[in-house]
Amino acid sequence: MAILLTIQEKQDEIVSEFEVFDDWMEKYEYLIDLGKDLPLIQEELKTEERLIEGCQSRVWLNADFNDGKMQFSADSEAIITKGIIGLLIRVLNDEHPETILKTDLKFISDIGLQEHLSPTRANGLNGMIKKMKMEALKYIQH
Amino acid sequence: MTEIIKKPFNVREIREEFPALRQEIYGKNLIYFDNGATSQKPQIVLNAINKFYSKENANIHRGVHFMSQKATTEFEEARKKIQHFINARKAEEIIFTKGTTDGINLVASSYGELLTAGDEILITAMEHHSNIVPWQMLCQRKGLILRVAPINFKGELIEEEFDKLLSKKTKLLAITHISNTLGTINPVKELTQKAHAVGAKVLLDGAQSIQHMKIDVKDLDCDFYVFSSHKLFGPTGIGVLYGKEDLLDRMPPYQGGGDMISRVTFEHTSYNELPFKFEAGTPHIAGGICLGTSVGFLNSIDLDGAQKHEGELTKYAEHLLDTFEGLHIIGEAKNKTSVISFTVDGIHPFDIGTLLDKHGIAVRTGHHCTQPLMDFYKIPGTTRASFAFYNTKEEIDLFVEALEKSINMLK
Repeated sequence: MAILLTIQEKQDEIVSEFEVFDDWMEKYEYLIDLGKDLPLIQEELKTEERLIEGCQSRVWLNADFNDGKMQFSADSEAIITKGIIGLLIRVLNDEHPETILKTDLKFISDIGLQEHLSPTRANGLNGMIKKMKMEALKYIQH
Repeated sequence: MTEIIKKPFNVREIREEFPALRQEIYGKNLIYFDNGATSQKPQIVLNAINKFYSKENANIHRGVHFMSQKATTEFEEARKKIQHFINARKAEEIIFTKGTTDGINLVASSYGELLTAGDEILITAMEHHSNIVPWQMLCQRKGLILRVAPINFKGELIEEEFDKLLSKKTKLLAITHISNTLGTINPVKELTQKAHAVGAKVLLDGAQSIQHMKIDVKDLDCDFYVFSSHKLFGPTGIGVLYGKEDLLDRMPPYQGGGDMISRVTFEHTSYNELPFKFEAGTPHIAGGICLGTSVGFLNSIDLDGAQKHEGELTKYAEHLLDTFEGLHIIGEAKNKTSVISFTVDGIHPFDIGTLLDKHGIAVRTGHHCTQPLMDFYKIPGTTRASFAFYNTKEEIDLFVEALEKSINMLK
């Protein structure tokens, strides 16, 4: 049986996975592989409402709420962005909306990818994280 | 006029003048191939900026004191240098703006006031957003019609179609001299003649041509020519609108404020003469003076040799890129400048740009502010390498090597 990790443990796990890489090239190769493996969002879900317009590449995000937990699926035109999305989904999926809102996604800077979250990067990632949190906010139990 | 004998162009020597080129990015020597976006600055321009703010900073055109007089003289001397650089008839025809976009907006707002509903403006399918949106806004405001001359897949204007769109109703042809995305050099002298034959005025967007070829506005006979200083090795935030004097005289002021007036009462204001009529407020004084420095720098080098070098770089890069499977060069006009835009099958330009950056190589990716052009080619964007005279064949070798590695990673 799979052991359920906390959101912090999932972040720590990614950080230690990235520690083995000696240089940027290995890191990006890994991200690109992740991007290739990420299950695509279903084509019919790639709607205007799910689109996050980046200046350079577009991102689609779908959010569901089941049994008190969030489920995300997403896609991007750019494979490196998609790899980072894969990491974000791994951390945030199956979490309660409250946990998602509270969490500082520190792992991104810990693995040296903070430049991808810069608002000027124009890859839609920043907008995607905002949207993931907005979606979680919808399901907060009052 | 006596021709000054210049030292033949030498890329090694030129590179020495540009300190920004001597730096490492992620531990690799910087390879700067984003010159279409902006150019690096020579030491002489950096020194001039420092000198102005260290010793000469004063407001111009109004002070009786020494520093103000000196700054005014230098600013107006810069205007004259620019006048001679583009061979304008008079210094009054040189209007300082914030840049190319600002110059186009000035013409759209001011010359646009002379137009009436039903008049037509002709642009082309390869324009930068800056040469589309101001005209769309003007058309909405004044009930004008915007016509768009189509291009072929090589990225060349289809002249028969252009001829059909040009008519007595056309009041302005606003066209890019060189496409920022495709590198296409448009036959603007010939197109200007055609436009003038139907009574239309001509605005040339010179953002990509001023740094790559000798511009002679008298010979081109265009009515307006606009460019940005920062693409011409000068500071950002300053640019030039050249306009024929009689036309500028007929145009109403663009913005109101200081410097552009001759007499103000609460009942009535009379306007200053050219060029000040179009220069409301304190201008970018240091910018203007240092653009003059940049023009002086260009006058001191063998520009013919520099252009030849740029042409060789482009041919060399295109030749190497031709061997890449699945790589398509977007923009294959017969007459083009040192811009190479390309796509690679199955790979998004953003990913290529991200990996090249890790190799210390600066290229531009995306739609290059030409979304209608991307729609025409049915692509989300391109990767664009744009060269300046300070780039080298060795840099292109390293770029091609890094590109190959990047594509292999992304495949």
